[in-house]
Amino acid sequence: MELLTIADVLQLLLVGLSQGCLYSLIAIGLVLVYKATEQVNFAQGEFMMMGAFVGYQFIVLMGLPYWLGVGLTLIVMGAFGYGIDALVVRRLTGQPVFTVFILTLALGIALRAVAGMIWGFGNYTLPAPIPGNLKIGPVVMAWSSILAILLTALISVGLYAFFRFSRHGAAMLALSQNQLAAFYMGIPVKRLTSVIWAMSAVFGACAGLLLAPITLVSTSMGFIGFKAFAGAIVGGFGSIPGAVAGCLLIGVTEPFFDIAFPTMKGIGAYLVMFAVLLIRPQGLLAQIHAKKV
Amino acid sequence: MRVLFRKSYLQDIRLFRDGVQAAWYGGFLALALSAPLWLDGYFLDELALVYIYAIAGLGLMILTGFSGQVSFGQAAFVAIGAYAHTILMGRYGLPFVLSLPATALVAGLAGAAVGRVCSRMHGLYLAIATLSVAIVTERLLGGGGAFTGGHRGLPVPEMTILGLAMDDSWKTYLVNLTLFTGAILLTRNLLRTRSGRALIAVRDSEVSARALGVNVAFFKTWAFFLSAAFAGVAGAMLAHAFYYVTPEVFGMNESIRLLLMVVVGGLGTIHGAVFGAFFIVLLPTVLSLIKVWLPAAIAQSGGFDSLIFGLILLVFILFEPDGLYGRWQKVHHFFSVFPMYKKRGFQRQKTFLKTERLR
Repeated sequence: MELLTIADVLQLLLVGLSQGCLYSLIAIGLVLVYKATEQVNFAQGEFMMMGAFVGYQFIVLMGLPYWLGVGLTLIVMGAFGYGIDALVVRRLTGQPVFTVFILTLALGIALRAVAGMIWGFGNYTLPAPIPGNLKIGPVVMAWSSILAILLTALISVGLYAFFRFSRHGAAMLALSQNQLAAFYMGIPVKRLTSVIWAMSAVFGACAGLLLAPITLVSTSMGFIGFKAFAGAIVGGFGSIPGAVAGCLLIGVTEPFFDIAFPTMKGIGAYLVMFAVLLIRPQGLLAQIHAKKV
Repeated sequence: MRVLFRKSYLQDIRLFRDGVQAAWYGGFLALALSAPLWLDGYFLDELALVYIYAIAGLGLMILTGFSGQVSFGQAAFVAIGAYAHTILMGRYGLPFVLSLPATALVAGLAGAAVGRVCSRMHGLYLAIATLSVAIVTERLLGGGGAFTGGHRGLPVPEMTILGLAMDDSWKTYLVNLTLFTGAILLTRNLLRTRSGRALIAVRDSEVSARALGVNVAFFKTWAFFLSAAFAGVAGAMLAHAFYYVTPEVFGMNESIRLLLMVVVGGLGTIHGAVFGAFFIVLLPTVLSLIKVWLPAAIAQSGGFDSLIFGLILLVFILFEPDGLYGRWQKVHHFFSVFPMYKKRGFQRQKTFLKTERLR
């Protein structure tokens, strides 16, 4: 293996950063739902895939202008997330975590099949939001990658402000600590939970729309969701800054790992996660504490 | 309704509850043994496949059902078993009777290593860690070069047991049936021993298990070892059934399928693993029979099978979380107390989330 030049390293860092931001967008959706309801959504990757396919439907198949299509996609996906909680997941409130694992896994399988039956199992192209590249010296950067980084930063700051300053944010935090107590305080628990699922589906759709120009739209694109899981776990599941940090760590190390070990492509993320979990079994920013006897 | 009189403590850990139950299971065994006489080749192979999946399912049941450790990585140990068996037999010329126990040991040790690493993890962390074990194992087998045959895989040598060539459906069927019966007896016996009770104690409450003097980390590792050893044996037999091993067969999806299998069957019961195996192996066959009656646009579409699979799972988790075996118990109860059956007796308790995350 020849040594990398500084420009190469910079280029890989930026690629990793934008990839890590896409993971973060998925992970934020995961962590939101987990924070509020302690339910783990294994179908988050499939939510992202659905977002990409709905966007494909509006923008390519129906020929709407790009940003109008994006707006419609986000609305549709929000309603979709709301509906999934209101119709399916809500029935399992308070059941063991494992039950919800299985439920969302099954949901993911069903969603993949439905998407395949509607749009087909091939690969489809979706245009990038802003075509073209930005060149700074030797480093080339697609505008859509820059958009991914900006959007992740914006959403993270926005969520922080939302939970810190808004009444609804405070209500969601209360909800996440004790549903029954929150209900007694007059918080509309059911509606709020569904709204959180809607938010998470919208973030998933954002990730899908940004990822689509890079990896193409296909039913199997949801498997990236598992890397987002790994990232969120590295950061300590249940903390949004932790999830973003973990996903960035995984995103940045991944391209270097792939170059160093080309035959082992794609497992760098999981090895990083294992290394972190070995040292800190609760992730970097621990959210779960072992019960003391 | 039969009434059992308890006369001694040993009664609680007897292999069968009473003579009637023993007679039932004896009957089932006789039925399974005579299957080659009244089933043709295709269905016999399917039934053998059910047994193989049931062995893997029993392993997962020990881990997830009895010790409460969620594992999304069972297929990794199935893969390790399949490869170890193929390499031991094909490359090093070990006879079947030696290679199979060696395979169980290799897979079991791999499982114990994973279990030791994961013994401090819980719930979601454990799920994702085991899932990544599955992904990493698949990738390592694919990138293993000449040793594992890479992505092209390895051909599996013929099965010969003590000089007898297992070249007929009914012969392999009987081998699988023997292993399957052995696996059931082992699992049943495990539950009657001290270590089996320790596993269940760990599942029900780690804190109280520790307070009672159970070495939690050791028994978690032990559960991983047993489960992986079962998976390894299943993998070896699966390799013989497929004639060829490739890493793709044992990917992450297979892990998830195995987990869903034990859930559909009924988590935490031996019956559940067997029912689940019947479900997962026979579902494609049943679906292909149903497809004849459906309009071509739906039946021919590639997603039909997985859509039905996903929907069945959704229905089970929402309405029958105890799985097929739970449903069977309800039906059985309905008839045994007829006409006194009350639906309320099985109703789920209403619960609310109280987080354990924040102190």
